[in-house]
Parts: sequence; C-alpha cells; structure tokens
Amino acid sequence: MAPPAQSQRSPSPSQPSGKGEVSDLKMQLRQLAGSRAPGTDDSKRDLFKKVISYMTIGIDVSSLFSEMVMCSATSDIVLKKMCYLYVGNYAKGNPDIALLTINFLQKDCKDEDPMIRGLALRSLCSLRVANLVEYLVGPLGLGLKDGNSYVRMVATIGVLKLYHISAATCIDADFPAMLKHLMLNDPDTQVVANCLSALQEIWSLEASQSEEASREREALLSKPVIYYFLNRMKEFSEWAQCLVLELVAKYVPTDSNEIFDMMNLLEDRLQHANGAVVLATIKLFLQLTLSMTDVHQQVYERIKAPLLTLVSSGSPEQSYAVLSHLHLLVMRAPMLFSSDYKHFYCQYNESFYVKKLKLEMLTAVANENNTYEIVTELCEYAANVDIPIARESIRAVGKIALQQYDVNAIVDRLLQFLEMEKDYVTAETLVLVKDLLRKYPQWSHDCIAVVGNISSKNVQEPKAKAALIWMLGEYAQEMQDAPYVLESLIDNWDDEHSAEVRLHLLTAVMKCFLRRPPETQKALGAALAAGLADFHQDVHDRALFYYRLLQHNVSVAENVVNPPKQAVSVFADTQSSEIKDRIFDEFNSLSVVYQKPSYMFTDKEHRGAFSFTEELGNLSIGVESASNVVSAQIVEASDNDLLLSTSEKEESRGPSSNGSAYSAPSYGASSNHPLPAHSLQSSLAIDDLLGLGLTISANPEPLPPSLMLNPRAVLDPSAFQQKWRLLPISVSQEYTMNPQGVAALATPQSLLRHMQGHSIHCIASGGQAPNFKFFFFAQKAEELSTFLVECVINSSSCKAQLKIKADDETTSQAFSDLFQSALSTLGTP
Amino acid sequence: MISQFFVLSQRGDNIVFRDYRGDVQKGSAEIFFRKVKFWKEDGEEEAPPVFNVDGVNYFHVKVVGLLFVATTRTNVSPSLVLELLQRIARVVKDYLGVLNEDSIRKNFVLVYELLDEVVDFGYVQTTSTELLKSFIFNEPIVVDVARLQALGPAGLFMQGTKRMPGTAVTKSVVANEPAGRKREEIFVDIIEKISVTFSSSGYILTSEIDGTIQMKSYLSGNPEIRLALNDDLSIGRGGRSIYDYSGSSGSGAVILDDCNFHESVHLDSFDVDRTLSLVPPDGEFPVMNYRITQEFKPPFRINALIEQAGPLKAEVIVKIRAEYASSITANTILVQMPLPPYTTRVSFELEPGAVGQVTDFKESNKRLEWGLKKAMFLLNGLMSCILNSIVGGSEHTLRAKLTFSQESHGNITKEAGPVSMNFTIPMYNASRLQVKYLQIAKKSKNFNPYRWVRYVTQTNSYVARI
Repeated sequence: MAPPAQSQRSPSPSQPSGKGEVSDLKMQLRQLAGSRAPGTDDSKRDLFKKVISYMTIGIDVSSLFSEMVMCSATSDIVLKKMCYLYVGNYAKGNPDIALLTINFLQKDCKDEDPMIRGLALRSLCSLRVANLVEYLVGPLGLGLKDGNSYVRMVATIGVLKLYHISAATCIDADFPAMLKHLMLNDPDTQVVANCLSALQEIWSLEASQSEEASREREALLSKPVIYYFLNRMKEFSEWAQCLVLELVAKYVPTDSNEIFDMMNLLEDRLQHANGAVVLATIKLFLQLTLSMTDVHQQVYERIKAPLLTLVSSGSPEQSYAVLSHLHLLVMRAPMLFSSDYKHFYCQYNESFYVKKLKLEMLTAVANENNTYEIVTELCEYAANVDIPIARESIRAVGKIALQQYDVNAIVDRLLQFLEMEKDYVTAETLVLVKDLLRKYPQWSHDCIAVVGNISSKNVQEPKAKAALIWMLGEYAQEMQDAPYVLESLIDNWDDEHSAEVRLHLLTAVMKCFLRRPPETQKALGAALAAGLADFHQDVHDRALFYYRLLQHNVSVAENVVNPPKQAVSVFADTQSSEIKDRIFDEFNSLSVVYQKPSYMFTDKEHRGAFSFTEELGNLSIGVESASNVVSAQIVEASDNDLLLSTSEKEESRGPSSNGSAYSAPSYGASSNHPLPAHSLQSSLAIDDLLGLGLTISANPEPLPPSLMLNPRAVLDPSAFQQKWRLLPISVSQEYTMNPQGVAALATPQSLLRHMQGHSIHCIASGGQAPNFKFFFFAQKAEELSTFLVECVINSSSCKAQLKIKADDETTSQAFSDLFQSALSTLGTP
Repeated sequence: MISQFFVLSQRGDNIVFRDYRGDVQKGSAEIFFRKVKFWKEDGEEEAPPVFNVDGVNYFHVKVVGLLFVATTRTNVSPSLVLELLQRIARVVKDYLGVLNEDSIRKNFVLVYELLDEVVDFGYVQTTSTELLKSFIFNEPIVVDVARLQALGPAGLFMQGTKRMPGTAVTKSVVANEPAGRKREEIFVDIIEKISVTFSSSGYILTSEIDGTIQMKSYLSGNPEIRLALNDDLSIGRGGRSIYDYSGSSGSGAVILDDCNFHESVHLDSFDVDRTLSLVPPDGEFPVMNYRITQEFKPPFRINALIEQAGPLKAEVIVKIRAEYASSITANTILVQMPLPPYTTRVSFELEPGAVGQVTDFKESNKRLEWGLKKAMFLLNGLMSCILNSIVGGSEHTLRAKLTFSQESHGNITKEAGPVSMNFTIPMYNASRLQVKYLQIAKKSKNFNPYRWVRYVTQTNSYVARI
C-alpha cells in the first residue's frame, strides 16, 4: 500500500511532516482503545482515516501498530476494514507485533457474518510474515470448505498467498489438491477462476522441483478439464473468461472437428465490449487454426471488424493496445488488409505512438491498387506541421517505393519533397533517394538532376549529409560540380562533427578522383591530409588506407573503391522472422506492444504461469500419461523449453544481452552438466564453416543407399518448433545403447559431433546425468523433406527412447535405422 | 495479474496507493511519474500507455486529469490491464458520483474498500458496481456539485438542453437522496464521435462514426429493459469493401460496419426486430459500441483558402456552413489552422454583426484559432445563455490577413493548414441510429420511472485540407 519510503519527496507545506502528528495520533488512539463510551467508533473512524491517509502519502505510521491493534476490538466493519488495511501494510516490517493481530483475526475468521470471515481471512493471509504461517493453515482449510462463496473466493487466493510466504507449508497441507477439487466442482465461477489462477501459479513454480506438479500442470490442459471450462464459459465474469480463454489457447485439439466446435462455441465472444475478452478469443482462434491455412485466413477476415471497432471505441490507451495487435496481424498478412488501408490513415489529434503504428501499417498494405492513394495521403502528412510525423511519413513513402509498386510516380513525389525546401523534409528525402538509387540505379538521371540543385549548405543532419556526399561520389560523372562541392566540404573539415560524414567524404572524394582526376586532385590531397590528422580512429585509418592504396597502384585502388556495383535487391530486415514468430506466439501480451519477445524484457521467474520455464535438468522423462493429448503436451512443453533456451542464448551473445536470467543456480551447480547449448551451437557452426563436419568421425558408417541425407541441412529453431507441433509421431522406438556409447555421453557434446558426422544435426539439447534429451533434425539429400527426432537417453539404464517425425512418413523407418546405426557407433574409434 | 495500483494527481502526488503482491519496489509511483514527465524531453512525444522500466511494466490511463496506474513484472495482456484501469475509474465514479481529485481525496477509505474487493493478490475479482455494493460500507462524501466541471460523455448534457436535471448523472449509486427515497430514472445516451477528412477540393476523403449507447440506471429492483433500434438497421457490409459507397447512401438504411455489446445484453430477438433486452446493472456502462463507415451528411462544410497577397503578405479565408436543420444548434465550436512558421502578425476580420466570436493568433505554435463559443452570462445567480452557437443552415466567414517575416518560397498551401474543427451538437446524431422505444418491465401500476434518451454528436477529428 502506501510507500513508507519517506525520502521520496520532501513533504510540501500542506502535508504534515510526520513526527509530531504521529505521536499525537498515538496518544489519541490510546485514549480510545479501552473506551466503551457511545460515539467511540466515530472518533476511531476519524483517527483511522488520518492514519491511512498518512500511510498513503508516504509517512511511516508503523509506530502506531500496537495502538491500532488495540483499537481494533470493534464490531464496526468500516473500522475493521481500515485496520486490516493498516495491518496488511505494516505487518511484514514488524513481524513481532504482527503476532498481536493473529488473535483477533483468527477470532474474526469464525465470525457469524461471512463478510467478516472473508475479510479476516484475507487480512490474515496478507500479513506476509513467514513465522506466522502456522496460524494460516487452519483458517484456510476451513475457508475452503466454507458454505459462503465469498469466503471460499478469498480462501482460494489465500492459498496462493500462503504458497508465496511458505511453499512447503502450502504443499504439506495438501492445499493444491483441495483447490483442484474446488476448481472442478464449485458452483461459484469466481471460486473456480481463482482456483485456476492459483493452481497455474503454484504448479508452474513447483514444476521445476516436482514431476508431479508438472504433470498436474499439464493435466490442466487435458480434454476433460478444458471442456469443463468451455461448457461453463458464459457463467464466468468477463475477467475470468480471459483467464479461461488464455488456458484454452494452450490446448491442442485432436482433430479439426474439435477445432470448429470450439470456434463455434466461442464466436460470440468476439462481440464482447471488453477488449480483453475479444483479444483472448482472437488469440485462441489464431492458435487453433495455425495448421489450417485456409481457415486461418478466414479467421483473419472474421476478426478484422471486431478489432477495428475496438480500436475506435475505447479510450486512447485501450485503442493503442488493440492497434498494436492489429499492427502485428497486418505485418504478418498485409494482403488481407490491403482494402482496409483507409482505417490506417492518421488523424491529426492522435498521439505520436499511434500515428507511428499506422504509418507502418500503411507502408505494409501498399500494393498495386492502393499505392497511389496511400502515397497521396502520406504526402499530406509530409507537409504537416508535426515534424516527427512528417519525417516518418517521408520514410514511409520511401519504403513503399522500395517495395517496387509504381516507383515512377513515387520518385516524382520524392523529388517534389526536395522542392519544398524544408530542412527536415530535404534531409529525410536525401536519405531515401540514396537508398532508392542503390536499388534502382536506372533512376539516377532524374534524381541526380534534382539532387544537384540542393546546396550542401542547407543540409545539416549527418545522415542526410552523408547521403548527399555518397551521391556526389557515386555520380561524380553526372554531377557537373561534384569535385567543387566536395572541395568546399573538405575545406570545412574541422567544422564537421560527425565521423560518419567525414568517412563518407573520404570515400566520395576518392571515387570522384578516380573518375575526374585533374579536377579532384587538390581536394583529394586536402582530404587525405585532413583525414590523417583526424583524431577519430576510423577516419584516420581509412585515410591512411586510401593513401597507401594510391601509392601502391591506382588501378587496384579503382577496383577497391569503385568496383562495379550490383543493385541492392532486398534491404536487411530489422527483425528476424524467428523473433516475429515468437511475438506472434505471445499474442495478447506485452510482447506485441513492445514488439519484442518476452524474454527480452521479463525476468525468468515472471514469464507467466505457462511459459515453460523449468530448467533443462528436470525434464519429465519417460512419463507417459494414458491420454495422448497430455503426452503431446509434455513433449510440447519440454520442446518449447529447449528451443527457448537455444534462441535465448543466441540472443544473450549480443551486446545488449539480457543474460542475467541465465545464471540460474541449478545450471552452474552441477559438476557434470552439459555445456550450455550456445557453445555447442557455435562450435558446431565453426566446424561447419571450416568444412570439418564430415571429417570428425574417422570411419563414417556407410549410409544405406536407400536414404541419403544432406550434410548441410539447415532448419531454424522456430521452424523446428512449428514442425514438431504439426507432425504426428511416425516412429517411436526404444534402443539399447552399447557401453562405449554411454561412456562417451560423459561429454554429451561428443554425441552431437558424432551425429553430425552422419548428417544428423542437433538443434537443442539438455539434461544432466543420467537423463539427457536431444533434438535432432536431418534432411534428405535430394529433396526438402525433413526428419525430426527427439532422443531421450538414460545413461544409467543405457536406454534411448526415440521419437521420429517426418515430412515423408514412408521413409521414416529407414531414417530410424540410419539413426540407430549412427548411434551404435558412438564411442567406437 | 497486477502488482500495484495507484492514482496520481497531475503533480505526481499519490492519492491512492495499493500494493497487491509486494514484488515491485515501493518507489514505483515516483519512478513512473518521473518517466512520464520527462518522456517528452527524450525526443519523443508523450509517454505511451504501457512501458517497461527495469523489468517493471507500467500501465496508465488518464481519466479526468488523474493518472490511474498499474504495475506488474509479468507479461500480461495489455488490453486486460488497461481495460481494468478504465473500469476501476468507472466503478469509483459510480460510487462517488463525481470523479475528480477532490472526491477521491475525500473518499479514499471508500476507494480502498473498493480496491480490496476489485482485485485480490493481483487477480481481478469483479468490477461490477452492482456486485460490489454488498461489500461497501463507507458512505460517500459528496463533493460540491456546483463546482465540478462537466466531464465524461454524460457531462455533455449538463449544458444546453434545459430539461435534463444536471445533477442526475453525478449521483452516487449508494448515496441516499435527501428525501429518503430514490428517484427512479434511467438515462440512455447515444453518443457519436465523428471523423471526417475533406480534400482540398471539398470531397470527403474518409468519414467514420464511432458510436456508443451508454446507459446509467437508477431503477430499483432490476427490471428488465427493452431497447428498440431502427428496423432497417443492418450489420456488416457483406463482402463489399467498406469504402464502396455505391448504393448505400440514400436508401435510408443504417448500416453498421460492426458492433459489440455489454455482457448483460441479450440478443435473442435482435435479428428479428432489432431489440436489445437487458437487465441493466447499477452504474454507468456501454450497452453497445458501433462503428459506421457508411457515408453520412457531414454537419458542417468547411471552405478554407490561403492566398499570397504580396511578398510578405497572405490572406486566409475560412467559411463554415451548417448543414443541419435550423432547430438544432451546435456549440463549443473551435476552428483551428496552423499558419506558416514565419507568420508574425495576423489581423482578423469577422463578418459584420458577429457576436460572441473569438479570434486569436497563438504566437507560440503559429496557430490561428476561431472560437464560436456560447457566451455565458451570470444573471441573478442563474446561469442563462446568450448564444452565438451555430444554428442550422447558417454560414460564417472569417478573414485573416497575415504578415510574414520572410518571403515564402514555393507553395504557400504546403506551409499552412489543415483546418480542423471541434464542436458538439446536442440532440443530433449523424448516423440516424435511433432508440425507437425504451420499455421498462412494470413492477406495479404506478411505477413510471423517468426515462431520458439523449443524443449528441461530437468531433473526433474534423479536418479540411487546403
């Protein structure tokens, strides 16, 4: 509640400074504590209010604890509530005095009035004092069985609170099992929803320590449980519906009939006024139909109108959240939204972040039919007084031009921008014209004519200046005064603060020199001299390099600086498709708003109840449930985890690493744990680069002629994940390993190298002795048909369990044989 | 799930602060406020509604100038949290009658009472004003109604239409009337926000109506209500592109692109007779939201012109014509137009006989403003209005002579505009969607509650390019 941190703000004159007032309150509370005079409650109320208001503005009133507790002997419910609020806030910091409250709270837990029972139980569980947990178990147990649904509602969440104070106490008292029973039987849907929230949290956290918990967690996704929730859907409150929909989105239906039944049942949820319900439903629909391309596309069509309605109906904040999701969908399937482009037009009073999303969508949906109108609209924004948006709009026009729809007309518009003579418009446009010329050199004639008219003095922004200089160098032949413009720029070398511009200047003057030597010689000399004296290391080095190059041989210099260029066909995308898929998987979460997958901004322990965060060492190996669906889920869960860790590690190698999540203790503790996946991956990658992949195994097993594998097969983790989800298991076998093979597993890495020698590539691995889990893939040599393998090895029993999935099932047995024969030679020289 | 909820004043003071899970540091309100305040200085405009600082996600919505904020460390659904914040604001308003800093400060104990029941350990329990009633024991302290500014959609009706009892919408759902007996009444407001963009030649480039049917019921005993809309109302525009106007205008039918409904609404007979039936819960809620891109007649035509009138001079002419019936009056009209950045002086010329019109040149952002506001006079303590709001059918013109500090090169129309307009038109709706009747199930013979069905059209974005 109120932050006791007093340092945060010096109290303003209107706010009491604290000390004096608090001791005053203390006196008054003491006087009232024992009083039974009529009207006492009213005076208490006033005093309590004062205490709470001090608490809110950040004054520490914890010293009143014992007085507050003394005064709480009352039947007045308003007083009680204020007292509970106070106690809940300060008990954690004062565990000794908190003990004082236990007595009256326990008494209130047995009150006749269910309201009081509920309130007292909630406060009791909110004390957050570890050594008081023994007092919670009894009242919580009674609360879960209370006849009143309000008390049960409080008790279910109370169990979760207890779990966070002392997990062991909660588990020992068998509360999760009681919650599960309530969840499946309670008539009150809010109790059911609370049970679900609590169990999801508890079992996800427990799953890393107990197999049973991870089984229970998977059982939440079993068909009977899911159907139970679906059947009661309409009884749930809108918020609980979101919770249930989120759960159902993780369920894997067995066939398409089931999918259609579920979608028919839930279709009216798309008309709900609560955007959270609609988005949760959309997520479910998208997930369900991932493997059914046609239906998936129909889902897009169906959800378009509800999404647009949500964008325009709520507060600006809500509509931003929905728009972010719409943005994601538009970016994934721009064609499906190409006729809706007018919805993405900006309104003048929208905020910057909304306009930015809309401009990106407009760029994405532009095609042959609407480009003219979209570009016309964008040009309006470019002339806008709102400068950041004007800039974004010009960039958008440029991007559309690079997409190659009717470049002709767009180039004309860009050139018109240059004629507007606004500094920022010119600057943005120059950068774009440069990119355009790199892609469409054929436009150079028109562009250069206009660019040549721009005085370099009017261009100040480094990026624009660099672009202009690049063009001067590249088109020195066409631009009459290029040498002289460059010369004047070099004269002002010392005033040029941007190293980027200076680097470009060096290169441009070199190019110019190679084409028009007599005119440029002087400028080149000046530039090289200035460059050699430059304090910036890169600039200095480049100048030196050019100088020596010219000394060495001018025609070599020509080849280095001015080689014939190929037009750039595609510019590098800023975000990998893998990351985009991850964001899509996390639809209806913050990942979409931030445009980053959750691991980039969330601590590991906060990734949500179902983000499968258990450590690799705890794979539930060999656990086969009777239900197929459940076992599929287990696989799914662990797969996710394995794949997750690979990509995460790759991520953490980047400069902006978020590696902290990875120093999880259980990882480093064990002495014989496998090497972290990324070192495996990278070492393999290097082997591959050096062409060592095939030479590692001294005696490669001759491959059966029936099946040749591609030694250079590639598959990115998300594609693997996708495929693994979609394909059925085609071969499932148990294989007994020979002792040498098991011995070799002391370094699991050796298996990976070994298998790669057989053109079977590892994509993820994990586990600790005796249990190891590996995922492999392989591709047929002659066609693009892929095999996926899950291989679970128990080194103490020498058993390996194989699950093979294949694009082409007819060859999967042959592949299995191949795999086993490869495995059989592990550890043999 | 959320970790904390708090309400900050415009100055950043904590008015209410509730920590539900204790996994976000206590100083979060301070961190949040600093971030929001300095967002602009970091080169971008205002802070987005959701952002992340050191692993903590901050969500906020602005309601009546207050910041309603939630924090969490988990990757939750942003829509859920933002919707929740908006709902909390609504529930608080339902209980306090009026939502502003003063009313929350006076009633913070009640607000805490609400917050305790709305969220438990970060999980939403209920946001239903009705269900919450049995948990709330504090009586609201009603703030002085006369001083409050009209805020929120319902506030629109406080001016203008005299037959509306001004205090009705500011009644708390739990407060007792002075007379001891509750007044039985129900308000149904059809609020439409319109967006229109005119091209420089006067064509409509885009137009959209975002409407909502808002209800606020003070009926006792939860009677069932039937709300009948236009018979010819249809939803969805088939397979046609939504911007394919051909054939849709002029037929008279109201075609909604899409709509959604409050969960209490039953649509059993909606397909047959366009009737919504519901048992309205206490408090204010949207019965239905809808969106229309069908062409409609815009209430105003704007003609704007800027012309060079010499090397350092230009003239602007803005003409506004009201295209609605003369029985209707628009008010709080404001026309704005950005002028070239090198404009130094503007002299205005209103049409002869213009009363109550205000013109201004905002030097700081080079913006022309033309207000056609109601002039209000306080006579004998009674608020009476002499208006110069725009009556249907009338036309108004503004001429402005601009003086520049430098010569403009190129096209002056690219340096100024567009013209934007803000207005409110009570008892007018652009879509022609109507509530044909409002039927309340009768409990007894003499049960005859007051029913208010009110329409209003507001601008969302009304822009003419030049």
